Amino acid sequence: MIRLIEENDPSAFEMLKLLYPYAGQAFIIGITGSPGVGKSTLIDALITQFRKLDMKVAVIAVDPTSPFSGGAILGDRLRMQRHATDEKVFIRSMASRGQKGGLSRATKDTAVVLSAMGYDIIIIETVGAGQAEFDISFLAHSIGIVSIPGTGDGIQAVKAGILEIGDIFIVNKSDRPDAETSVLELKMMLNMRRPNTLAQNSDLSLNWTPRVLKTIAQNGTGVKELADTFLSHFDFMKQNGSIVQKKIELERLYFNSLIKDLALEKTLLFIKKSNDFKDALNKIESGSMDPITCAEHVVNNLEVTRKPEPLNSSR
Amino acid sequence: METKKTIRVLIAKPGLDGHDKGAKIVALALRDAGMEVIYSGLHQTLEQIIQTATQETVDVIGLSIMSGAHLPISKKLIAMMKDKGLDDVYLTVGGVIPYQDIPKLKEMGVSEVFPGGTSFEKITKGINSLC
Repeated sequence: MIRLIEENDPSAFEMLKLLYPYAGQAFIIGITGSPGVGKSTLIDALITQFRKLDMKVAVIAVDPTSPFSGGAILGDRLRMQRHATDEKVFIRSMASRGQKGGLSRATKDTAVVLSAMGYDIIIIETVGAGQAEFDISFLAHSIGIVSIPGTGDGIQAVKAGILEIGDIFIVNKSDRPDAETSVLELKMMLNMRRPNTLAQNSDLSLNWTPRVLKTIAQNGTGVKELADTFLSHFDFMKQNGSIVQKKIELERLYFNSLIKDLALEKTLLFIKKSNDFKDALNKIESGSMDPITCAEHVVNNLEVTRKPEPLNSSR
Repeated sequence: METKKTIRVLIAKPGLDGHDKGAKIVALALRDAGMEVIYSGLHQTLEQIIQTATQETVDVIGLSIMSGAHLPISKKLIAMMKDKGLDDVYLTVGGVIPYQDIPKLKEMGVSEVFPGGTSFEKITKGINSLC
């Protein structure tokens, strides 16, 4: 099923529609941060904690696709292999497949499937490069940003703007020197931050105060506290009702991204079949017109003179 | 993306031998050939391999075996794959495999055998022709 989603198979679309009403119960945690800060190891330790509470845990680990070959090495799982035979733990690696934002729509669809399958907690791991952090805020209920001491990540974080989306900031490998400095830096930055645009609420009591925690994922130090903090964030949102608002917001974003994908697919198909498009291509090839004028001409001439074929048959 | 499906391969090292350089290099070569490679690391039990292949919906399992136990391991894994409904997944074996064992492995149901020294081209071609 997840495979069909990845391949953008029309039948996956139908199944998603059927599953959607059953999804929505799971608590979705996003974990992001630079490569090598220990996200996978931390998630491995988090799985252990959530399993102690007898929760069913699913992990979607996203790794980048090579822009050159289209291939990918998916190695996050390597750190979580001790949970491989636990029936109540599901780990799925996904490649970003060159989608803008790092987090492909397939990830969103997969989260729907896993949620409908009855997993209590879904953890989504992404490599925090550029836009990916923002994408995860379209998907997760609670976001953990992982950094390590001594990299100046406190400052880097402000640059990238991820301070605005994080709910819990984790300083991993905190047995290294400068851990305290990193924690302090983060706390200072957080005091200055503007409220999260997603969770922004005029009623300030509905807003969650971000936490900064220290962990050593390798030996599990601080991981229980981290798991508890994620759960208390969830409780916090449930109790004051902001989770409802958040879910509606996420649904709206999901809808928007679907519209974007589907509209693009449909329009492109439509355009490519049009005579205008073929004419323009010929003109470009013969050198009689520049690509800019041609593109403008084709799009301006877009007129839906006939009903485009339904998506599923044309894909 | 819409023209051809991306092949997903699980690279795993079952059992006790701890030499994973070959497996890693093959993983890289497959990535460069446009495949998605799930690298699950050393010391995998067969149960772990089966569970991983299921959750990751791979097309191919590539075992790297240098311990000499390729015959019993392959035999057991194929039985488990049948048992768990992974009939549509191809099994390939690489590593230190004596040539006289290749027909035996194929008879068991191993799709391709890539003993040490096989070129990357041959491996990627072999896997591409399976899927």
